[in-house]
Amino acid sequence: MLKAVVLIGGPQKGTRFRPLSFEVPKPLFPVAGVPMIQHHIEACTKVPNMKEILLIGFYQPNEALSRFLVSAQQEFKIPIRYLQEYAALGTGGGIYHFRDQILSGSPEAFFVLNADVCSEFPLEEMLTFHRLRGNPETFLMLGTTANRKQSLNYGCIVANADSHEVLHYVEKPSTFVSELINCGIYLFTPAIFRHIGAVFQRNQQELLLEENANGWQRAEAIRLEQDVFTALAGQGRLFAYKTEGFWSQIKSAGSAIYASRLYLSCYSQCHPERLAQNRTGGPTIRGNVYIHPTASVDSTAVLGPNVSIGKGVTIGAGVRVRESIILHGASLQDHTCVLNSIVGWDSTIGRWARVEGTPSDPNPNDPYAKIDSETLFRDGRLTPSITILGCNVTIPAEVVILNSIVLPHKELSRSFKNQIIL
Amino acid sequence: MKALILVGGYGTRLRPLTLSIPKPLVDFCNKPILLHQVEALVKAGVSHVILAVSYMSELLEKEMKEQEQKLGIHISLSHEKEPLGTAGPLALARELLTENSEPFFVLNSDVICDFPFADMVRFHRHHGKEGTIVVTKVEEPSKYGVVVCEADTGRIHRFVEKPQVFVSNKINAGMYIFNPSVLERIQLQPTSIEKEIFPVMAEQGQLYAMELQGFWMDIGQPKDFLTGMCMYLQSLRLKQPERLHSGPGFVGNVLVDPTAKIGANCSIGPNVTVGADVVVEDGVRIKRCTVLKGSRIRSHSWLESCIVGWSSSVGQWVRMENVTVLGEDVIVNDELYLNGANVLPHKSIAESVPEPRIIM
Repeated sequence: MLKAVVLIGGPQKGTRFRPLSFEVPKPLFPVAGVPMIQHHIEACTKVPNMKEILLIGFYQPNEALSRFLVSAQQEFKIPIRYLQEYAALGTGGGIYHFRDQILSGSPEAFFVLNADVCSEFPLEEMLTFHRLRGNPETFLMLGTTANRKQSLNYGCIVANADSHEVLHYVEKPSTFVSELINCGIYLFTPAIFRHIGAVFQRNQQELLLEENANGWQRAEAIRLEQDVFTALAGQGRLFAYKTEGFWSQIKSAGSAIYASRLYLSCYSQCHPERLAQNRTGGPTIRGNVYIHPTASVDSTAVLGPNVSIGKGVTIGAGVRVRESIILHGASLQDHTCVLNSIVGWDSTIGRWARVEGTPSDPNPNDPYAKIDSETLFRDGRLTPSITILGCNVTIPAEVVILNSIVLPHKELSRSFKNQIIL
Repeated sequence: MKALILVGGYGTRLRPLTLSIPKPLVDFCNKPILLHQVEALVKAGVSHVILAVSYMSELLEKEMKEQEQKLGIHISLSHEKEPLGTAGPLALARELLTENSEPFFVLNSDVICDFPFADMVRFHRHHGKEGTIVVTKVEEPSKYGVVVCEADTGRIHRFVEKPQVFVSNKINAGMYIFNPSVLERIQLQPTSIEKEIFPVMAEQGQLYAMELQGFWMDIGQPKDFLTGMCMYLQSLRLKQPERLHSGPGFVGNVLVDPTAKIGANCSIGPNVTVGADVVVEDGVRIKRCTVLKGSRIRSHSWLESCIVGWSSSVGQWVRMENVTVLGEDVIVNDELYLNGANVLPHKSIAESVPEPRIIM
């Protein structure tokens, strides 16, 4: 049997996703109409013999998460549990802490997926690739190609071209190492815990030598990338499977729009029912658009491409939405124009208002370019980004909100450009 | 009576509009700027209008020929080979202006107001001196040259350029009436009437100021063109409200040519002029704009403080504001944002202009 672990992090992480992560844990933020990690879960459930999915993170139990667990279990007919870390233990510390839970039932292998990536999740291919080797002492990581410059922002993998063995691994190097980067998606066997355990023992040894150390927590904080993979590289145990499918990190809110586009574009294959169609009496749809069945959209509105309309959203007459995510309960009054923006829950945009951001898409002419979501500011100035309206923001009629981030529960009274509005 | 209108050169301040036609022919509130003045002059008894131009334009000549017939007056063009300033053109037209002893009008061509020509004649005859200039009150006199005059008679004492302390709030409104004898003061050479002729006349007690009632604006540049339009429409509201458009979808003072088509669910106004053959599609919001002949505003666009040039096309969900001026035959693609863009004729705009700039 198989299991899967999704590493969902916690509230102290994902600050680049503010102000949206104030309202909902980032892993539950809707991407292409469904919570970010639902894409992970769905991919896991498609792998034959998958018996359980564990979410590991350090969020306090909360209603949104519980509701998601209930509905996902119903939908996918598989046990899904949330295991809460007592502190942020890192990508390796979390699974090590809950190793008994993972190993219960004796899985042959288990996947580990970071929540903040979007991907085609070629899990079955990874499994086949792993089984081909037939060695339960080896582990597999998913890699993809980045361009030379951007590879420095990722974990870089040097692999043997024939055997695919990872010969060298380095996290975010300062000089170029390899164009093959770590996707944050792994296939482990139970043997991995011996290697994480060794790190734990070493950490503990080091701590014993220090005085008044806060022992357990620091010994258990283990990073898979720096602490485990770097040591496993060149030992004949770690292998890389390179995917040509789409992949992106979802670090900033801007990358959520890009990730939505990637997922929406594969809905025509895997979830055609989620894509809105042009129908008489319905709005005009251009390209890939997701509309929640409870949303009310005027027939004169024009939506798409890459638009996700959430639950209970109201879209008035003559509204235009392109490259945007409209979150549940928001209301777009007549003639509004929303481009490259995320409109927060229960926000209202007045008539003829324009809410516009600047897309931060990867260079379309470079097939290996990734989205840049490093900094909000450059040279002391806010870099033009998508516009984000937090929860319950009110935009008056006829104004323009350009390249701005509006924190929750604000009622604006005029136009804003290139600002963060507290 | 005769009138000389100082039309001048290329009208560069009103570009990009004046790249397509001479400034006097640019429509202001659906009528060429020059016709506002000429019609008012005719009403006051002027039968011969001399246009002082520094570059010849066939279009202007042709248009003036038509107006001659329509208005039943004589219009002649006086062409200066080199720029002669604001007084030189009078000397150039000396023969015409001194045919008889009647006083004549001199006007700057950029001025729009309730033209007080009949009052000027009366005032001028009453004081019996050589010249009368019209003055108008401004809020910030320090930006202009002001006129200091006697309160009850209007006799001008002196002119003060950009006064740092308050001496007067009255400025030269660019409309004069002179006796032919004024030409004895002017040589055929570049001369400024304001700086070289008026001070001498004032010193000799030959120059009087008549205060203008109502609105006044120099509409020589786009920003002021729009402000002048607001004033003109408000004055229409008071004097000829029947010429303004009203009804559902119209707010405040709106002037719409009868051949224009306005779609459903629009909100037009306040302070909008829509020219002939313009098409405004459904769900458009327009405030404080002039939309010139033959242009099309596509649905759900939002326009404030713009001039849309002749035969231009503004796409769907476009937002234009902050004195955006489109020249003739400009195409603005769907969903763009134009902030203070100045677009030269025959351009197609495919990218937003988030900060004011000129699009060559």
